[in-house]
Amino acid sequence: MAQMNMVQAINSALDVMLGRDQRVVVFGEDVGYFGGVFRCTDGLQRKYGEHRVLDTPIAEGGIVAAAIGMGVNGLRPVAEIQFADYIYPAFDQIVSELARLRYRTAGDYCAPVTIRTPCGGGIRGGQTHSQSPEGVFTHVCGIKVVMPSNPYDAKGLLISSIEDEDPVVFFEPKRIYNGPFDGDPHKPAVPWSTHPKGEVPDGHYAIPIGKAQVVRPGKDVTVLTYGTMVHVAEAAVRLAEVDAEIIDVRTMVPLDVDTLCTSVSKTGRCVIVHEATRFSGFGAELSATVQEECFWQLEAPIARVTGWDTPYPHAFEWDYFPGPARIVAAIRSVMEAR
Amino acid sequence: MTQSRLHVPHPPARPGEKPDFSYLEIPPAGHEPRPDTLAPAIEIERLGTGMVRVLDEHGRAVGPWNPHLEPEELQVALRHMLLTRHFDERMQRMQRQGRISFYMKSTGEEAVAVAQGMALQPGDMLFPSYRTQGLFIVRGKSLVDLMSQCLSNTRDMCRGRQMPIMYHWAEGNIFSISGNLATQFPQAVGWAMAAAIKGEDRIAASWMGEGSSAEADFHHALTFAAVYQAPVILNVVNNQWAISSFQGFAGGERRTFAQRGPGYGIPGVRVDGNDFLAVYAVTRWAAERARASGGPTLIEHVTYRAAAHSTSDDPSRYRPKEEWLAWPLGDPVKRLKEHLIGIGEWSEERHAALEQELEAHVTACWKEAVTYGTLSDGPTLDPMSMFEDVFHDMPAHLKRQREELRGLTAAQHAAAAVKIPGGEG
Repeated sequence: MAQMNMVQAINSALDVMLGRDQRVVVFGEDVGYFGGVFRCTDGLQRKYGEHRVLDTPIAEGGIVAAAIGMGVNGLRPVAEIQFADYIYPAFDQIVSELARLRYRTAGDYCAPVTIRTPCGGGIRGGQTHSQSPEGVFTHVCGIKVVMPSNPYDAKGLLISSIEDEDPVVFFEPKRIYNGPFDGDPHKPAVPWSTHPKGEVPDGHYAIPIGKAQVVRPGKDVTVLTYGTMVHVAEAAVRLAEVDAEIIDVRTMVPLDVDTLCTSVSKTGRCVIVHEATRFSGFGAELSATVQEECFWQLEAPIARVTGWDTPYPHAFEWDYFPGPARIVAAIRSVMEAR
Repeated sequence: MTQSRLHVPHPPARPGEKPDFSYLEIPPAGHEPRPDTLAPAIEIERLGTGMVRVLDEHGRAVGPWNPHLEPEELQVALRHMLLTRHFDERMQRMQRQGRISFYMKSTGEEAVAVAQGMALQPGDMLFPSYRTQGLFIVRGKSLVDLMSQCLSNTRDMCRGRQMPIMYHWAEGNIFSISGNLATQFPQAVGWAMAAAIKGEDRIAASWMGEGSSAEADFHHALTFAAVYQAPVILNVVNNQWAISSFQGFAGGERRTFAQRGPGYGIPGVRVDGNDFLAVYAVTRWAAERARASGGPTLIEHVTYRAAAHSTSDDPSRYRPKEEWLAWPLGDPVKRLKEHLIGIGEWSEERHAALEQELEAHVTACWKEAVTYGTLSDGPTLDPMSMFEDVFHDMPAHLKRQREELRGLTAAQHAAAAVKIPGGEG
């Protein structure tokens, strides 16, 4: 076991897979020689050569299209989109091509591509470096959507993504690359070495895609969340002094409905938390699912705590960010409802 | 005071006007030099403005690009082109009779797919677009399979998931056609990059129309191909019309499409797309170059879309009816036929016999294809199969939706059974 932050864990997953499987290739903007703007691919080109770890032109549509072609030709491409905010030029290639290739060819062609992309705010990134567009991709049939919340999961889920036969969009919440974040930007940063999930095995291990995880067991209310907000929710639950069950969704597609609904059926109350905007966000799908599966067990309306339905504002970042205070308020309202 | 003025391109002729192709510069056959296959891109920029032509107006093969094919190969080529044409005619008729929902003919452009399909190796990967059905025919895909796809029947390679003509053939190394135009261009480059990463001698080729060369995917393909010197042949089939938009709306008024290649550091070759020998020769040149690590080539095929864009289109609304007859590069089938007759390897009698044979073959294939079902009759695909192949393994939510549909279908069948007169109880 080693201590790793999320960047190192992702680097380790790529290292393991490049070492184990000759078909794995890693590429993206600044990914090769430099090792990535967030350092996730640091040292990999030196170790595996420039035919397996390479820089690309600044053309997200070209990166994903090339990944599809490589996948069709038997490789296992891992493409990096430098910021999730930059993924839209590749949207057609992801939605119309990558996601549907297996379907439209009745299984004769497929491209097992993993798209890694850092997402989320809280880094003074403004509207072009802070977005959480996971919900946009969950609406597309044929791609899996994953977002880890800690180094251990990041490595295990990334290995599973690369080994998966289907395309995966793998969101990396960049605010927690270097340490868990409880939603208070004024507190000193906490490193992953202080967190049990910062313990990461050096070798190969896989965390199955499609499995949520109970982060904190509890009986009063269920908090469904993922990514950075897992840690913010933990802080909020401490503040609210309730016995909440926090579930890290981890995989949005396919969704682990059983784990989510078993919990809500037990607690009878549900708060959904994500950083992405609210309207038609992934929380709406979670809310609908819980309502469909657990309606008769619910004691209170489901609450959602999300980013506001505005672009991510640079100067008002902490007014925008769904921090602990808003989560506490939602938990209290759900607890008080009867 | 000066004032800017928006230039909105106009085609030379609209319905009721006299066709006018004076905008096309057509050098005589045999005029273009044939450079060494590994000549630097900068030294061969002229190939983007000229036009490689081999067959002259008398049907003779002339000049340095003559590929000197054996007569037997030319006869095979003629057969493939004619079969493509007969297949197209039949499918168009079947659409008009309501047997299939949609079709796209390649009439007038058959030389492009057939010559390129023949010039490439069977292991080379093809990323086709609309109007490249000749590739499937050259590689030996049976017409029954192509027809079955158009019929969405029980033998459909796409299992009823795609509208007609969106074929693919994995065993034949032909990729899936996409209705989102141009997407296949950069994918082909990625495939070729992988071939180079693996150290193979296989190359990729892709096709798009001149209209969709305006898409960002064109730029991505040429950029990536140039940056990595990918072993790929990128073909722009300039058939003058993208539905109702003439080639000026893709930028053709300013530069040839082939000339875009040198801007990226890629050789751009403009070829007479209705000249089988020229298309074949240019493709062989580009393939040799790619296989020898010479990198990509952009080829512009100058041709004419003689048919409507699709069965949903009526070109008489936007271009002169007789424009095709005025097309200065003629009919590719007729030109190859005249060449073969000129060298004493073909005759009108043999041609008529071949047409008869191919027509009978198409008829037999259609008769067989409909035995696998049509949209309205015969055996049908199981609708439950629509949930398969979304993912490699079906996730729980799709299994649930499949069961929901299964229940609904069973209930409908039960209700229908009850309605049979005298069948109640």
